[in-house]
Amino acid sequence: MADVTHDAVHTEHVTSTGLSSTKLAMWLFLASECLLFGGLITAYVLYRGQSTTGPYPQDVFDIGYTSVSSFVLLASSLTMVLSHNAALARDYARMRLWLLGTAMLGLTFVGGQVFEFTTFYHEGLSIKTNLFGSTFFTLTGFHGVHVTVGILMLLILVVLSFRGALSDDPAFPVEMVGLYWHFVDIVWIVIFTLVYLIPSPKPPGVP
Amino acid sequence: MASVTVSTQKGILRRPMATTGFWSWFTTVDHKKIGILYGVSSFAFFLIGGGEALLIRSQLAKPGNTLLNADQYNQIFTMHALTMIFLFVMPMSAAFFNYLIPLMIGARDVAFPRLNALSFWVFLLGALFLNSSWFLGGAPDGGWFAYAPNSVVDPGNGMTFYAIGLLITGIASTVGAINLAITVINMRAPGMSMFRMPVFVWMGLVVQFLLAFSLPIITVALFQLLFDRRWGTAFFDPTRGGEPILWQHMFWLFGHPEVYILILPAFGIISEILPVFARKPLFGYQFVVFSGIAIGFIGFGVWAHHMYAAGLGPVANTAFGISTAIIAIPTGVKIFNWMGTLYGGDLHFASPMLFAIGAVAMFVIGGLSGVTHSIVPSDYQQTDTYYIVAHLHYVLFGGAVFGIFGGMYYWWPKVFGRMLNEAWGKVQFWILLIGFNLAFAPMHILGLGGMIRREYTYPASLGLTVWNQVSSVGAFTIALSVLLFIINVVRTQAKKRALETDDPWDARTLEWTTPCPPPAYNFAEVPTVHSLDEFWHRKYAEDETGRLVRVPAGASGEAHPTADGHGIHLPSPSFWPLVISLGFPLLGYGVLYSWWLIGAGAVVIVVGLIGFVLEPSVAE
Repeated sequence: MADVTHDAVHTEHVTSTGLSSTKLAMWLFLASECLLFGGLITAYVLYRGQSTTGPYPQDVFDIGYTSVSSFVLLASSLTMVLSHNAALARDYARMRLWLLGTAMLGLTFVGGQVFEFTTFYHEGLSIKTNLFGSTFFTLTGFHGVHVTVGILMLLILVVLSFRGALSDDPAFPVEMVGLYWHFVDIVWIVIFTLVYLIPSPKPPGVP
Repeated sequence: MASVTVSTQKGILRRPMATTGFWSWFTTVDHKKIGILYGVSSFAFFLIGGGEALLIRSQLAKPGNTLLNADQYNQIFTMHALTMIFLFVMPMSAAFFNYLIPLMIGARDVAFPRLNALSFWVFLLGALFLNSSWFLGGAPDGGWFAYAPNSVVDPGNGMTFYAIGLLITGIASTVGAINLAITVINMRAPGMSMFRMPVFVWMGLVVQFLLAFSLPIITVALFQLLFDRRWGTAFFDPTRGGEPILWQHMFWLFGHPEVYILILPAFGIISEILPVFARKPLFGYQFVVFSGIAIGFIGFGVWAHHMYAAGLGPVANTAFGISTAIIAIPTGVKIFNWMGTLYGGDLHFASPMLFAIGAVAMFVIGGLSGVTHSIVPSDYQQTDTYYIVAHLHYVLFGGAVFGIFGGMYYWWPKVFGRMLNEAWGKVQFWILLIGFNLAFAPMHILGLGGMIRREYTYPASLGLTVWNQVSSVGAFTIALSVLLFIINVVRTQAKKRALETDDPWDARTLEWTTPCPPPAYNFAEVPTVHSLDEFWHRKYAEDETGRLVRVPAGASGEAHPTADGHGIHLPSPSFWPLVISLGFPLLGYGVLYSWWLIGAGAVVIVVGLIGFVLEPSVAE
């Protein structure tokens, strides 16, 4: 993914499929990522309601709060598209603005996650407390790291665009980072639904 | 010489330019040099893993032996497996794929040359990290599949090294897999359609997809194991509701595709060697290709046959027994195709051919013993005994390692411009074949006689002594054969270039149209491909009676390029892949020892990635 700027230049004109190698590589990488999140989500779902001690999901979740931060993250997919559109229109000032906007929304989401993790920790839920803590923090933590990597890529794109190093076609690297960004957003939809929205069965004996 | 574009940028982001000399190996992005780096380092690990095997066989050479204690034995057999699988066969396959795939499809390099360098350096540093555990309190000792909760409660740092070491080499393999898969899909020369690709390239493509889709699964499991060990999570802790069986599922969901990751490259090598030395096209090319693809798919649906004894119940065991029996079909198709290729051929028993036939024959034995434990009740008798050890060595040593040796003899002149000595090669083959069967055939008998896998010693009263001694003699015979190979290599490399022709085997595929060794740019002119076995058809046509006649040199436009490749743009070397990869062991030691090191590792990786992105492109 870090390769978006250079190798694309060379591989684009003559490829066997006519598609950019960088784009194909990004798709294959995302396909591989599906199995990574698949494994993490499987572990969460398998262990739902299996914790032997509290706190349980219903004790700590604040659905309203997380809904807002989820909305912020999903909104960033829109700004990502807008920045790609601006790049296609060769309006680079607007492209930078939307890239920065996307990064800011991403940062808001990650900041919200840090706050949420801290709150949970103070309410007695850590990664070692019980199965819920282990699976929850691992799954959402991996997602948070992915968002953070995405933010870094967005910021690098902005820096590169100022250096004039985005090759002849800035829309292309923006599109590549966009693919990754949308993927991370879509994964969050799955996580938010499975982890937060669908209520976890209570273990026997818990009121 | 190819011109290497001089970058105008100054300072730290300036790209290194040297393409020769000692230091150029650290910055090279040439797929051929990276292939050689992979080959040399994985062969070094082969010798280390082999040394560990000799220690195991020395310990088992007599009952009640005290050469090693139980703890040392556990570490040595675990590291023997990890080294042979992750640090030898996988990277050695990567060596062949890296070197040969671009040459076979008529490309000048892989799709992402710098990522290629990155995947090599991350692999090497991950491998060194894993082996550094020997000096830091003890190596992993929980077996290569590290069953939980044993691997969680295991004291010492060994299993933590296991988790982190495999995570790092897994990252290397994922990067390499994406790169090579895209190379095959997108970098083919004009006319090189998917069904004109050599079978070796096809097997390479299947392996890269297997890697890309199975490694993330073990990545998750390794993180869970690591978190359980290091940060007290409850994933595999039964006292807190965790289920150790989850580890087994995750491990084998990766572990079984891994088996095909190990063997398919050898299948590809065999499929290249047999037609050349039988002087016939591969029999049923499409069948070989599609059965390889089928193996790739079905390989994801058989994992629980490793877990019959875990108590999944009769329904699951039956289902996985059936799918396991089914996967024998495409494998059998390949065997028959290879036999069909040999049938009626004009057979030349040069060393590559001997190794290829040896690989097929030994793999058949291992495959058949594999079918015996696809049957659940039979497996109950065999699981965790030496019968399994015999089976896995027949497929992995008999199949993969024989194939790899065949590939080395076959492509050595291509890579180094010198022929390995044929007489030595044949002697090496026969000693290896005898030693291999002496070492592993008795394990069938030992296993059925009740010898448990992984026990560090046995009492004389069990009557296992004789066959164990035969096996140990076999192990040292294998070592002798490997020693002969090394002497052969040293003798060959000490000679001046002694190759009269660039096509010593009268081969069939594109890589032999280039000089030996190929120039940095591979092809002075990108070839146009008209058929499967392109090079063969450039050399031979059929007369009216159907007999082969040689096409006069130059008549088919194959004329050895007189162009000197001037003006071909090649990617400049880069040191950022090495910088990035240095961050991974730092992260690893950080997890073990200090948050400061984690921070340092993360900084190195991020700085390296930024440098990687910002360094000037060669096009400037």
